[in-house]
Amino acid sequence: MNVSDSGLDFSFNRVAAMVRRYWYLLRSSWPRVLDLIYWPTVQMLMWGFLQLYVAQQGGGLFMRASGVFIGAVLLWDILFRGQLGFSISFLEEMWSHNLGNLMMSPLRPVEFIAALMIMSIVRLAIGMIPVTLLAFAFFGFNLWSLGLALAAFFVNLILTSWAIGIFVSGLLLRNGMGAESMAWTIMFLFLPLTCVYYPVTVLPWYLQYVAWSLPPTYVFEGMRALLIDHVFRADLMVVALAFNVVLFAAASFAFLKLLQSARVQGSLLQTGE
Amino acid sequence: MQFTAGLRSLKLVAVLRGLRFLRRSVTSGPRMDAQSTSAIAVDRLVKLYKGVAAVDGITFRLAPGSITGLLGGNGAGKTTTIAMIMGLVTPTSGTVSVLGARMPDERYRVLHRMNFESPYVALPMRLTVRQNLSVFAQLYAVADIDERIAALAADLDLGEFLDRPAGKLSAGQKTRVSLAKALLNRPEILLLDEPTASLDPDTADWVRERLEHYRRAQGATVLLASHNMTEVERLCERVIIMKKGRIEDDDTPQRLLARYGRETLEEVFLDVARGRAEQHEAAQ
Repeated sequence: MNVSDSGLDFSFNRVAAMVRRYWYLLRSSWPRVLDLIYWPTVQMLMWGFLQLYVAQQGGGLFMRASGVFIGAVLLWDILFRGQLGFSISFLEEMWSHNLGNLMMSPLRPVEFIAALMIMSIVRLAIGMIPVTLLAFAFFGFNLWSLGLALAAFFVNLILTSWAIGIFVSGLLLRNGMGAESMAWTIMFLFLPLTCVYYPVTVLPWYLQYVAWSLPPTYVFEGMRALLIDHVFRADLMVVALAFNVVLFAAASFAFLKLLQSARVQGSLLQTGE
Repeated sequence: MQFTAGLRSLKLVAVLRGLRFLRRSVTSGPRMDAQSTSAIAVDRLVKLYKGVAAVDGITFRLAPGSITGLLGGNGAGKTTTIAMIMGLVTPTSGTVSVLGARMPDERYRVLHRMNFESPYVALPMRLTVRQNLSVFAQLYAVADIDERIAALAADLDLGEFLDRPAGKLSAGQKTRVSLAKALLNRPEILLLDEPTASLDPDTADWVRERLEHYRRAQGATVLLASHNMTEVERLCERVIIMKKGRIEDDDTPQRLLARYGRETLEEVFLDVARGRAEQHEAAQ
């Protein structure tokens, strides 16, 4: 069996076809576009005003490090919205009963995943760019001023979000729409454990082990080091990247196994509940 | 009356004996040679779901350029069989070979040469017909996408709703669009699962005519799962009747009618579905 037979070959043309399909969908539906911007804006405003209030009450940390809450909420949104962007594009295929068409076409799983990753970035950009500008307008917090550090944070967060998105897609293939709620809620498990709004030391010692095994924890610790101590912790980013490589490989492996299992169970044919 | 009933019983016994002979001859034939010359070769195919057989040891081969009807009631195993031929479902045991590629392991060797239409899948509703066809044409690496869509639009009469969202079409229009999607890549193997379900007789007849035309023009191998006997009678040169996951009979429509002593395939189907053949044999 050669590479082409095994499904390991890669066609940019097929990836482009899928991206075009999702782009057409976004373009045809303004509520879908509005949804990308609405919730990140609400979150940013709420945490921004809360930070303002705490700082006005004399919160020492918040006087020293303006933007630590807004920074956290914006980075959390990269993680959360990145996964959601990936999973919603996948769910669109299930909602429209188009998955069978795709699975019986020459589209390879790796091309499908690549298209979902591209769409996750597109959706993230549509949602997050206006919100970062609003954060600057309302609270004077400029996320873009973090420069290279922001790039390192972004790469690590988006890799984690894709890994989780890939795993959830596998669950959806295997279990149908019964697993839909996982797509919306799985990332919230990361919210307390990756210490988005507080340092890892706040956690009980046994949960600290769990926290340090999750790549986003390093990013949020790195963000606090940058905003509070004005130090960029490259070491944290390297460890996060290493964990992300492992997580991504594990998620891809799980996806392929779940797809294989879906073929055995016949669940690709019936993608309902 | 008694004489006619007796004659029918004799014919049914002959049918059952013929069936047994057919099964023996099919399973003991030169498998590898037949597989390599068949467009589709299904050999002792079994699919179990939680221990229940959806498909139970079926064997058949389709010659290139042939059109075959897969008949059976609900739960007979038609859709599962087609899904295994497409590589969408992994068989529990047995083999499926399409254009020489073993499914599902070697599916990427042949998926671009196949296509299908099924009521179990739909095209994205918010995309226009043109956008949908264009995306799938790109997935199937169709050359001259615009030209191909224009040709299909003319052939299947899609012109007036080509730029309308797929979700806003009538059932008949949706079927025509699904058929256009199935023909985009000029498939050598065309699998159709209930292609005219929920269509009015006029539209259904029109769709059958287009299918016949495509098959003649391209020399494609067509496997058509249906429980519409008129459709099968009109289109198919061979009929495989399935019941409870097994092949109950397999022959040309003419020979089936003659063997069962019936006027229409619907009567033959009812004989098989209601187990009249077995009842007659037991009575004998």
